[in-house]
Amino acid sequence: MRFKFIDFRRLNGGIVVTYLVKRFLALMLLVFSVGSLATAVAETDLRQISQQLVGAKLKVLPAIVEQFEAGGEEALPLLDAMLNGRLFVRKSDKLIVIAERQQDGDYALVDALSAESLSPSPKKRLKKVKVNNRLRVQLREVIARITLSSADPDIRESAVRNMLNKMSDRNIAMLAQAKKVETDSTVMALIDLALAINVLKTTDVQAERLSALEAIDGSLEPIVFNTLSALLAQDDAGNNLEADTAVRAKALKIKDRIQQKIDFFELMEQLFFGLSLGSVLLLIATGLAITFGVMGVINMAHGELIMIGAYTAYVVQLLMPNSLEYSILVAIPMAFLVAGTVGVLIERCVIRFLHGRPLETLLATFGISLILQQTVRSIFSPLNRQVSSPSWLSGSLDINPIFSLTYNRLYILLFALLVFFILQLVLKRTSLGLNVRAVSQNRSMAKAIGIRTEWVDAMTFGLGSGIAGIAGVALSQLTNVGPNLGQAYIIDSFMVVVFGGVGNLWGTLVGGFSLGILNKFLEPVTGAVLANIIILISIILFIQKRPRGLFPQKGRAAG
Amino acid sequence: MSTIRNQFSSLHDLREKAPVFLAVLFGISIYASACNLWLPEDSIFYVSTYTITLLGKYLCYALLALAVDVVWGYCGILSLGHGAFFALGGYTMGMYLMRQIGDRGVYGDPILPDFMVFLNWQELPWFWYGFDHFWVAILAMILVPGILAFVFGWLAFRSRVAGVYLSIMTQALTYALMLAFFRNEMGFGGNNGLTDFKDLLGFNLQSDSVRVALFLCSALVLALAYCLSLLIMSSRFGRVVVGIRDAEDRARFIGFKTENYKVWLFVYSAILAAIAGALYVPQVGIINPGEFSPLNSIEVVVWVAVGGRGTLYGAIAGALLVNYAKTRFTAVFPEAWLFALGALFVGVTVFLPQGLVGLFKNKKLPWCNRKKTGEEQS
Repeated sequence: MRFKFIDFRRLNGGIVVTYLVKRFLALMLLVFSVGSLATAVAETDLRQISQQLVGAKLKVLPAIVEQFEAGGEEALPLLDAMLNGRLFVRKSDKLIVIAERQQDGDYALVDALSAESLSPSPKKRLKKVKVNNRLRVQLREVIARITLSSADPDIRESAVRNMLNKMSDRNIAMLAQAKKVETDSTVMALIDLALAINVLKTTDVQAERLSALEAIDGSLEPIVFNTLSALLAQDDAGNNLEADTAVRAKALKIKDRIQQKIDFFELMEQLFFGLSLGSVLLLIATGLAITFGVMGVINMAHGELIMIGAYTAYVVQLLMPNSLEYSILVAIPMAFLVAGTVGVLIERCVIRFLHGRPLETLLATFGISLILQQTVRSIFSPLNRQVSSPSWLSGSLDINPIFSLTYNRLYILLFALLVFFILQLVLKRTSLGLNVRAVSQNRSMAKAIGIRTEWVDAMTFGLGSGIAGIAGVALSQLTNVGPNLGQAYIIDSFMVVVFGGVGNLWGTLVGGFSLGILNKFLEPVTGAVLANIIILISIILFIQKRPRGLFPQKGRAAG
Repeated sequence: MSTIRNQFSSLHDLREKAPVFLAVLFGISIYASACNLWLPEDSIFYVSTYTITLLGKYLCYALLALAVDVVWGYCGILSLGHGAFFALGGYTMGMYLMRQIGDRGVYGDPILPDFMVFLNWQELPWFWYGFDHFWVAILAMILVPGILAFVFGWLAFRSRVAGVYLSIMTQALTYALMLAFFRNEMGFGGNNGLTDFKDLLGFNLQSDSVRVALFLCSALVLALAYCLSLLIMSSRFGRVVVGIRDAEDRARFIGFKTENYKVWLFVYSAILAAIAGALYVPQVGIINPGEFSPLNSIEVVVWVAVGGRGTLYGAIAGALLVNYAKTRFTAVFPEAWLFALGALFVGVTVFLPQGLVGLFKNKKLPWCNRKKTGEEQS
């Protein structure tokens, strides 16, 4: 630990000297860290190191940063803050602090080493510790080396992953050291991978290289693929860069196998995106399927009911600023109620006067959609609003390095299915559902046996509209909320209903998912817009073939 | 049978009114033109060129409304995609006008329009060939929408797609075309469309006299289309069409091939819409994919509904009235226009199923009989 007595400020001038010092330090550190990982540098020592940062030039910073490695996890907050540009020097007493901007513009200060809160200070009393890209790379490396001995396997894993991308001799030595004490199997596998790649790159012994290839076989880490590609690369004249044919043959085989796996997971990813789009289509079309299927009413204002649901989510979030995590759970029933109420109003005020005149209903509901749009535009301004996602909806489920499912899409997929099955239950198991089905099959007969068809109509329309509102809440997690939100989806949802077959919820389910998947599989080939056009045209042609959709109603129900 | 007899008598009625309509149309348009050309600008009777262009635009809309009325009012086919034919007609005219610019464009390329130079295209795409001739543009203006309407109608009517399904399909058609024309790769100027026109048949589009001529031309075409539609609707063909509207199954059982009637009527209507588009473009000076938007097409339907469908002059009057109101409204309260339009949709469908015309002649049209006979068609 004697190197901390070196006064680096004296070395400002000579790059060569700095370099030599760095090498020396690195060597010392290696010896030190391998020898006594367990003993951490005391806080007072760290403080002395950190004070060197005061007024230090960029040139000498790397050498100072190196010293922090000896501090172990104590130094982590400081290094992390430096990496993120939040490390400052307080001008009054030259103390190294971590500063966080507060809402009033001042900075909240925390002592970088003791984590003790200090009184906030304005920006001009602070001086930022400089950091550039080279330094950031170095910081990441140092952080990775420190965290390699962390108690948390997840942190260790990310440390090894960081080292994978920048393999120096020192990192390899540390990894070899860490391997001896590693207990977690995932981290272990990752360390083995790193060592094997290192063997491939550095040794010439055929047997060792072959067994290294064996070790990396089947791994989906991007670096493995890159290493294999580098092994198999050819120069401009077409000569192989790798001379050893046995190694090359084996590498080729492994690369093919990995490529197959990658292709498979890419397919899975496309499928997932397709299912995700399908679930959105299902959500927005379900409400329409009810109103269209049961009442024979084309509701052009359906898109605007979706928009109202999305705006409800926005308003609920504004009303509950302190519980963003749960506001979305409140928004779902609220959106159902708000959109449902608007739907019942539309039915009572307009649609019931147009009974049996579907084309006029179409025009009238279109007029309503214009009015709703302009109302929202007047109240909330035409600008897009953002509904923030709770933390449990952000992030993703990582299955392997190249295949991950984002939580918001996953939850929306599950949510769409949940809504669908609840709706099935309502239609099949409740007395309201019984009435709805009776009216949809034979209106006059239902009326004759005493069902209040007017009431059933209003409730059906309210149910369909409420589900549109719920769809709006789901959409608010995927896109921005604006007055035109509904318009973007209305034609798509019509296509789903018409394709699936009117009056058949299962048709809507199949229609939504098949259109979603078809779209996502076409997209890489044709581009998004052309995929959309192709789907529209194929639905137009499909309707010529089967005018009543995929699953037409049969028998008396077809009415 | 009573419905057909009623229709016949109302057509007879209309034929008596045709001269009145033509007199009003020509009277106003010739008066406005004369006031623009021969009166000094400070006279109180002077009509500005802006107004002339505005009136010309209204007449194009009236022609489009007429086209929608022919299929919706007389045959019950609610097309929410007539904007597509209008825009296609507009694009054919726009392509001709683009080629007329020649080397006067910003980039000065003698053959390629500006946007193609901008996109680094080396040569003219094949579908632009021949558009430097006016007659090719006219031919394309009739053929392209006509063939599209024929194929679409033939497919749809043959498999008996009707009612709301057909409406949704037409809407999907115009939506798909809109997406397609927004793409730069299509070769129609993408987002910006075609604009910056210089002259038509050698006449400068900016000059007052050409504007007046275009306006008069629109009036003349509208008058011709009106008379032709009147003639068609009072012929045997027209009476079968009305029969199909009121009871398609019955017409089919009697032995008419209803799908043929519907297809040809649809094609005729599409061509009318395309001509309206072609007249519209030189007057407003631009055509872009926004014309394909489903909202535009559905707005046309409301013009017809306001005026009164099933009467040709009703559709024309509706288009003129609503567009005049739109011009005034958007100038005074831009916020309120969508409210007004929405209220118009709801009000007309709920309270005025026969439009304004129905207010004046409530007894004759077959719409009144529908409730009595219980037909669920519209």
